[in-house]
Amino acid sequence: MTLRSNAILEVDALERRFDVSAPWLNRLIERKPRKTLRAVDGVDFVIQRGQTLALVGESGCGKSTIAKLVTGLHAPSGGSIRFHGDRDRLQMIFQDPFASLNPRWRVARIIAEPLRTLKPDTPEAEVSARVDELLRTVGLAPADGVKFPHEFSGGQRQRISIARALAGEPEFLVCDEPTSALDVSVQAQVLNLMKRLQKEMELTYLFISHDLSVVRHMADVIAVMYLGRIVEIQPTADLFANPLHPYTRLLLDTIPDLDAPRRDRSPMGGEVPSPVSPPSGCSFHPRCPLAFDRCKSERPQRNPKTHNRRVACFAADEGAQDVQ
Amino acid sequence: MNDVVLDVQNLRVEFPTRKGVLTAVDDISLQIRRGEILGVVGESGAGKSMTGMSILGLLEPPGRIAAGTIHLSGDRIDNLDDRAMQSVRGRRIGAIFQDPLTSLNPLFRVGDQLIETIRLHTDLDKSAARERAKELMREVGIPAVEERIDSYPHQFSGGMRQRIVIALALCAEPELIVADEPTTALDVSIQAQITALLKRLCRERGTAVMLVTHDMGVIAETADRVAVMYAGRLAEIGAVDDVVRRPQHPYTTGLMGSIPSLRHDVEELQMIPGSMPRLNAIPQGCAFNPRCAHAGPRCRAEVPKIACEETTGAACWLAQTGTVDQGEAA
Repeated sequence: MTLRSNAILEVDALERRFDVSAPWLNRLIERKPRKTLRAVDGVDFVIQRGQTLALVGESGCGKSTIAKLVTGLHAPSGGSIRFHGDRDRLQMIFQDPFASLNPRWRVARIIAEPLRTLKPDTPEAEVSARVDELLRTVGLAPADGVKFPHEFSGGQRQRISIARALAGEPEFLVCDEPTSALDVSVQAQVLNLMKRLQKEMELTYLFISHDLSVVRHMADVIAVMYLGRIVEIQPTADLFANPLHPYTRLLLDTIPDLDAPRRDRSPMGGEVPSPVSPPSGCSFHPRCPLAFDRCKSERPQRNPKTHNRRVACFAADEGAQDVQ
Repeated sequence: MNDVVLDVQNLRVEFPTRKGVLTAVDDISLQIRRGEILGVVGESGAGKSMTGMSILGLLEPPGRIAAGTIHLSGDRIDNLDDRAMQSVRGRRIGAIFQDPLTSLNPLFRVGDQLIETIRLHTDLDKSAARERAKELMREVGIPAVEERIDSYPHQFSGGMRQRIVIALALCAEPELIVADEPTTALDVSIQAQITALLKRLCRERGTAVMLVTHDMGVIAETADRVAVMYAGRLAEIGAVDDVVRRPQHPYTTGLMGSIPSLRHDVEELQMIPGSMPRLNAIPQGCAFNPRCAHAGPRCRAEVPKIACEETTGAACWLAQTGTVDQGEAA
């Protein structure tokens, strides 16, 4: 088990279902059945200490639900999450820097909150010294502590969110689309800051994003999600050099590439189906150019025999056998 | 020059406030030809949406066009009154906005919204308009039109809703379409479908398109030419390939460097120090000079311009004259 010896987070067969049934009376009168949405449907991955694992996928694929499950904001419906560390040292950075800071609190109080909650005995002088230090760490001035969140731009607010997350001296940060609301030049500043902090403080990131170019820059390992499942998980360089799942390939084909613009590409057809009634078998089969009969009836698993459990796809499995 | 559909000359948009007049768009000149897609790119607050809105005549008061002219196929449209502008908007200029949920009325079936728009702008009767609506829905790639025409907006997915909005914009066969962040609310695979659709319509119908977005990737994939805006001014304009690969303006260079690449590994992304100035604190001279590594005395004194008849160029003294020392102003 050398692979897992340094793991900080192990997620195994994780499931989260939401009840989206019509109200009881409607079900009774209209004879509607109960409906369940499987937001996360049998997900497993391992994050090594000091690394970044990124979850990518389109909206509704369940990546943010996983963030909430890992941080404990949702309880899992099945499976397990094992965190080999101090639960108090797990923090989160949210997408919207406008909604995630209390507009009535001064910045110093926002940043000090985790300190005061986790270590209530800390003397006040120490708290304010720590807040000043944190503000400097994220590239703001200690004098900014007396201001209110509305006095800052989006990028600066995200720096405040990061300072707040760092206040609890975290070892593990869950970042849910931390730069999606920001302009590209500001995004670059925040991404560089996050990389620097990771190196200096030996942080581990669970990084959630829909932007493959951002993920490529940040992550060591990328997990591609589709309708609540991980269809492919690979080290970043391997994923871009040799994508195994047809969905990953289509995704890589669709994103605009600034190094080779204006390609007359044919966009991927169809849309992500509703997670309330996902297609049978492999949920990607209606859009998949390689799908065959087996994909419609049977759900592919990440197979230990082929590709080292990296991909859940019958076509990729067969391809691997052909090579052997 | 007959095929110029949109001709904007020295456009200036101002917002009078209690603390003084703010200039949201400062001396912008651009042209779009038949069948051409011009991308307008910039970060939040750069004035790109304001430019689009002033072309549509939809500036929110107290915003107003303070100077400059806008011509649509030779007709001046910036000085029209509200009534006259209403007949231009929709008929001659189509609009597509970011959020397809708010551009459609949730209480009406999409078919009825299409029919209403078609009948407003043409003299088709009801059944002919319905046929035309179906035709448009087919053209923008909506499957099972016969059933979908009587659906409500909420019954469509985001991508399909944006297709309906595009169909609405096409109702009167406009000469120009202003698309303001049309793909920003959509997932990448749907985004590619919508940009491909825009490209196809533009090619087949010869419609001129002004594509306003913050996403350089979308511009690179879709537009023929691109205008880069910074602090209400035009920083650079030119063919997409040139601007993306060989940017002339230091701001464009910085912007391109700050986007993570899909091919090259970099330890650190390039950063532009500081942030875009607020409208009430635009520095003297070139608006970018406090953040620019090459800034010199001339940049701090004189505003660099792109001559309004130019189709390519950068508003940068270094790019234009090769020096940032004091020019003739000294």
